[in-house]
Amino acid sequence: MPTFVYMTRCDGCGECVDICPSDIMHIDKTYRRAYNIEPNMCWECYSCVKMCPQHAIDVRGYADFAPLGHSVRVRREPEKGTISWKIKFRDGREKDFVSPIRTTPWGSIEEPKDFPAPTEEEYTSQELWHEPAALKIDALPTLAGKEKA
Amino acid sequence: MGWFNTRETITVDADVLVIGGGFSGCGAAYEAGHWGRDMKVVVVEKANIERSGAVAQGLYAINCYMGMHWGENQPEDHVRYARNDLMGLVREDLGYDIARHVDATVHKFDEWGLPMMRDPETGRYQREGKWQIMIHGESYKPIIAEAAQKSADETYNRIMVTHLLTDKKNSNRIAGAVGFSVRSGDFYVFRAKAVVITAGGASHIFRPRAVGEGMGRTWYAPWSSASAYGLPIPVGAKMTQMENRIVLARFKDGYGPVGAYFLHLKTYTKNAYDEEYESKWYDDTKAMVGDYIDREPVPTCLRNHAMLREMQAGRGPIYMETREAFQDPHKEQVGWENFLGMTIGQAVVWASQNIDPKERMSELTTSEPYVMGSHATCSGAWTSGPDDYAPADYRWGYNRMMTVEGLFAAGDACGGTAHKFSSGSFTEGRVAGKAAINYIRDLGETPQVDNAEVEKLKTTVYQPMELYQVGRNEIVAGTVSPTYISPLQGLQRLEKIMDEYCGGIATQYMTNEPMLDRGLELLGMLHEDLDCIGAEDLHQLQRTWELHHRVWASESVTHHTKFREETRWPGYYYRGDHPKLDDGDWHVFTLGRYNPDSEDWEMEKAPVHHLIDD
Repeated sequence: MPTFVYMTRCDGCGECVDICPSDIMHIDKTYRRAYNIEPNMCWECYSCVKMCPQHAIDVRGYADFAPLGHSVRVRREPEKGTISWKIKFRDGREKDFVSPIRTTPWGSIEEPKDFPAPTEEEYTSQELWHEPAALKIDALPTLAGKEKA
Repeated sequence: MGWFNTRETITVDADVLVIGGGFSGCGAAYEAGHWGRDMKVVVVEKANIERSGAVAQGLYAINCYMGMHWGENQPEDHVRYARNDLMGLVREDLGYDIARHVDATVHKFDEWGLPMMRDPETGRYQREGKWQIMIHGESYKPIIAEAAQKSADETYNRIMVTHLLTDKKNSNRIAGAVGFSVRSGDFYVFRAKAVVITAGGASHIFRPRAVGEGMGRTWYAPWSSASAYGLPIPVGAKMTQMENRIVLARFKDGYGPVGAYFLHLKTYTKNAYDEEYESKWYDDTKAMVGDYIDREPVPTCLRNHAMLREMQAGRGPIYMETREAFQDPHKEQVGWENFLGMTIGQAVVWASQNIDPKERMSELTTSEPYVMGSHATCSGAWTSGPDDYAPADYRWGYNRMMTVEGLFAAGDACGGTAHKFSSGSFTEGRVAGKAAINYIRDLGETPQVDNAEVEKLKTTVYQPMELYQVGRNEIVAGTVSPTYISPLQGLQRLEKIMDEYCGGIATQYMTNEPMLDRGLELLGMLHEDLDCIGAEDLHQLQRTWELHHRVWASESVTHHTKFREETRWPGYYYRGDHPKLDDGDWHVFTLGRYNPDSEDWEMEKAPVHHLIDD
């Protein structure tokens, strides 16, 4: 939207460089702080804004269609499991929203070794891992042996 | 000799290599890790898997969920729905396969910690529409990436994969891939027994409506660089339905989603004069497509068609009427959170233009075209179907295996299976992941990469940096060089060609054979000029190879569009020389293959088998 970085808040930690899906947050060699090198390849995904420990990154709507004076600020708190938004209109009106982001502790998903290894029969079956139990129905449906269903 | 020869080469051996860590790639890694306990599963991703792919920003709904255990829908129903929406042409074997597995995937997402909204009365997942359930999905991608990384043996972030490698003895068998680190600049050689392509579909092959900074606010992510097609096409994989591009009716400029607005909030569209307009175009549409206009729900392309006709008649802008719905505080909250959860830019547009949907309507528009296989269209690789019921025409190997041995597809890469969205793409990745393990278990001799080819590719991959170094010294300063063009200059030429000749916004989605022939001629010259892209640094080198993938995809799209001599999907594109739908000759799939030996594009038809009744 592109994103931009406040000079006085950025400490050059590089979290935004590490996370940006478009590879457009880079460290400026002179100032040792981050900036958006390619605003026209920014999707406004806010991944860097959410990740910045210093809250140094903000967004100014695309110059070709967004008038100035607005802001959409975010605070993502993984440990609390929430995300909070503050929207400010050009004319000053504000709106606030808070949503949950996860219901389980981060890192709690189990690995394959926590589950029994597959049997030979399971390899030739059409069932995927955790099926049919995870389907919550008796058996995986098939079109085999059916005339036009 | 260039300085690029000093780049270190890092070789990674894997059993299964998953290229692209988006939703389908995460699904493939998750599943392969279970079935391949004694095998090595490697994921390679050009960004950071925690926030990569089309769902990096989050989602507010899961658009593919049957609810079989509640008796809500059966897989057959979903096949009928997707077939209807795509004007009759989907791979029903593959679509059924996704639909029968997808509930298990979604139940795992719930268990892993994705916040699902629930109907307060029934306790079931909150339905947005017949197929959609509502979620608080800001962290959808990090949660799914956590599961994938728990299953994969290794994940390589910031590696741009540029080319696939085939077996030294059998050029129609996969042996790995090469690419480079966007951070260190090292050259990576992945040697693998099976490769699953789960890279992204194509944004930015057609010129976008935005004119400046807003170019990045495409509907599909700007990092969806058509690698799903640009990797398999050059090694000769057969593609299908590449002409089946999608145009989205969305909120203007921000491209905010409309699904929840139509389905859950019950907002509706009207023209600038406060009139309903879709019914006005019924006869016009019927003359083009016949009975397809009478199907329920009305196919998405035909609703686009009515909107386009109404705007062409001078009665735009088209508006979404939000004022009634937004008086309800719950609906107002859902309306805003819908954007914040998946298209934050739309909230920015509304805030900047003082648009409070409670007080005023918001403009809709039709987007530039995109080419993809996971949303409501089905471009992608032609793959083998499920073992238990796929017709013989659709079965030559393992489930989701392309026409190249050992090369698998899921998500945007897999053709014929529209309407899979996030959950279906992850599910299709799982199907491909298990199939890839079974392929390896049956495999005799391990494929061998050709080391001479690898060395040649190493030179090719870094050539744009060499070219820039040399060419830059010819000129004083600036961006105009007689020796090279920048990746962005190349991209803009591509977008202009596709826009003007292949049915973009410039011609209101119209094309014909002479336009397509001229487009192909210009694309051919652009393809030659790809040898003259100058890359200033590693970031620009990534952009260079993304452009290569986009150009390969665009050539395929243009050949397919030329081959299909009908207008199958009015509202997505029009063939002026064949303005009607033609079920007599074209109720078929288009198959296209680039022949790496002859360098020709070979086109053919394949039958559409209807496995499910009406």
